Amino acid sequence: MMTSKRKSKAYWKENVQYLLVLLLIWFLVSYGAGILFRDVLDTIRIGGFELGFWFAQQGSMYVFVVLIFVYVRLMNGLDRKYGYDE
Amino acid sequence: MMSSFSSMSVQVWTYIFVAVSFALYIGIAIWSRAGSTKEFYVAGGGVSPLANGMATAADWMSAASFISMAGIISFMGYDGAVYLMGWTGGYVLLALLLAPYLRKFGKFTVPDFIGDRYYSGTARIVAVLCALIVSFTYVAGQMRGVGVVFSRFLEVDINTGVVIGMVIVLFYAVLGGMKGITYTQVAQYCVLIFAFMVPAIFISIQMTGNPVPQLGMGSTLSDGSGVYLLDKLNGLSEELGFARYTEGSKSMIDVFAITVALMVGTAGLPHVIVRFFTVPRVRDARKSAGLALLFIVILYSTAPAVSAFARTNLIETVSGRPYSEMPEWFTNWETTGLLNFTDKNGDGHIQYIADKEHNELDIDNDIMVLANPEIARLPNWVVALVAAGGLAAALSTAAGLLLVISTSVAHDLVKKQLKPGMSEKNELWVARGSAACAVIIAAYFGINPPGFVAAVVALAFGLAAASFFPAIILGIFYKRMNKEGAVSGMVTGILLMLFYMMKFKFDLFGGGTEADWWFGISPEGFGMVAMLVNFAVALLVSRFTPAPPENVQEIVENIRVPGVIRSE
Repeated sequence: MMTSKRKSKAYWKENVQYLLVLLLIWFLVSYGAGILFRDVLDTIRIGGFELGFWFAQQGSMYVFVVLIFVYVRLMNGLDRKYGYDE
Repeated sequence: MMSSFSSMSVQVWTYIFVAVSFALYIGIAIWSRAGSTKEFYVAGGGVSPLANGMATAADWMSAASFISMAGIISFMGYDGAVYLMGWTGGYVLLALLLAPYLRKFGKFTVPDFIGDRYYSGTARIVAVLCALIVSFTYVAGQMRGVGVVFSRFLEVDINTGVVIGMVIVLFYAVLGGMKGITYTQVAQYCVLIFAFMVPAIFISIQMTGNPVPQLGMGSTLSDGSGVYLLDKLNGLSEELGFARYTEGSKSMIDVFAITVALMVGTAGLPHVIVRFFTVPRVRDARKSAGLALLFIVILYSTAPAVSAFARTNLIETVSGRPYSEMPEWFTNWETTGLLNFTDKNGDGHIQYIADKEHNELDIDNDIMVLANPEIARLPNWVVALVAAGGLAAALSTAAGLLLVISTSVAHDLVKKQLKPGMSEKNELWVARGSAACAVIIAAYFGINPPGFVAAVVALAFGLAAASFFPAIILGIFYKRMNKEGAVSGMVTGILLMLFYMMKFKFDLFGGGTEADWWFGISPEGFGMVAMLVNFAVALLVSRFTPAPPENVQEIVENIRVPGVIRSE
């Protein structure tokens, strides 16, 4: 049985790891694909969309929504693991 | 029946839609009026994540999102992505970095958090001032949006429109507080999303045969040419001397900086953050941030499609055509002054080109969404629906902001600083009174808009990014952060942002032009730099000043894990 202090430390550490991974993806789709590497991606076309343009005006927003729901799932799991589910 | 149905004028339809939707809002406000300060400030903390998600979305999507954004994008092309990514990506930061912890903290306002976490009345007052500056600049813009819709569709004077809107907001914000506002916003979300999607779907089918606007934007035109819509639009734009639509004209660093400033600013806006105090549990705060973003993205992913459709339609309808053959909507908008044609070369044809010297048509951003259904010749009821949607968007945001203002005054200033012993009943009356004063001030600015309102609304994000965001993030993620660090960071950040704004927007401190921008970053994007400076100053100062007291470090430990929420 972990002490409550050790438990909350371990919980926090896992939480921060999730955050780093999710925020990396957040950065890559918006600032990466939509802005910094747009010109390269624009050479690829999907239907009428140039890919970089699509990420900037469509794709990044879809990924944002998915990211939050993934986070919700991960954290609900983590809450259960550490017995924090209310 | 069918013929009398379709012959009803836009104005009659608009009266019907506006009257029905207003009656609905008032009914909800009466049903859900607030009885305690907790209900007034945070709806009793008992709102379901779904309802909170919709209310947050309506709160967030202002007249600017509904009326102006698609129009702005249609003139900016690719560059419009700064608004799309900036105003949605902030929710990821909010959901992951702020909402759950602030919910666990369990108080009413952002200044509450700042004041307690940094054990300092000064920090609280700095936060209250930042919240008031941000909210007031924002709310004036909403009132103007209400005025524009009223004047065009109901043909009343803009000022009368502002007053009508003000009375409605006054009624349900003062009566219902956060509880009334939340449930009206749920209804307003439904009205505004329906009003935005219906014309978008109609136009998408008309132009590309695809009923999903997000896909229609990337499809071929249904005129049988087999040309992709975006290729056609790129071609038309270049022909008239504009930048290619999918290319844009801002520099990469500026696009980057503006996107950062808008994202971080979104996550730092007090009227958005406070919404996550209204749900019962930490896990509800996470979930409702996700739902809020989902509801927002439905509109935000449709907007760029509307922009592309509207731009193509507009160019094809007006460019090079004789003025005498313009349809009715053209003259309707001319009378509002939002559309101007001057026949410079006297040939009776409309010359719409990038070259300012010879361009004969000036189009205000705001009319693109409002006029779009008319340009596409959609039925009258669709045109009227858009008016009701625009009002829903403006009113819901105005109400949310007014609540932040009244909470800041009644709770953060009067209760916490001036009269700590005040009874709950009196506090509720102070809150109602300050909401009423705030509405009147906002209406004044709506009727007499100072020239700088439009410029300042965009900058409100920079101010929020430069002040709140670092203080809150560090307060949660860096236990060692102390009051000296946080206060000096906030003060430096917001002053630097104000300085840059005044220098390059209002020509003070020697002024300057685009060539003088620091690192090539516009005032709209400068919030990124000011935010980084805030972080740096806070970290540096905290290194050389004493660590926060033990009980504060315990608060931080406590908010990091979910659990029983202590309440006041």
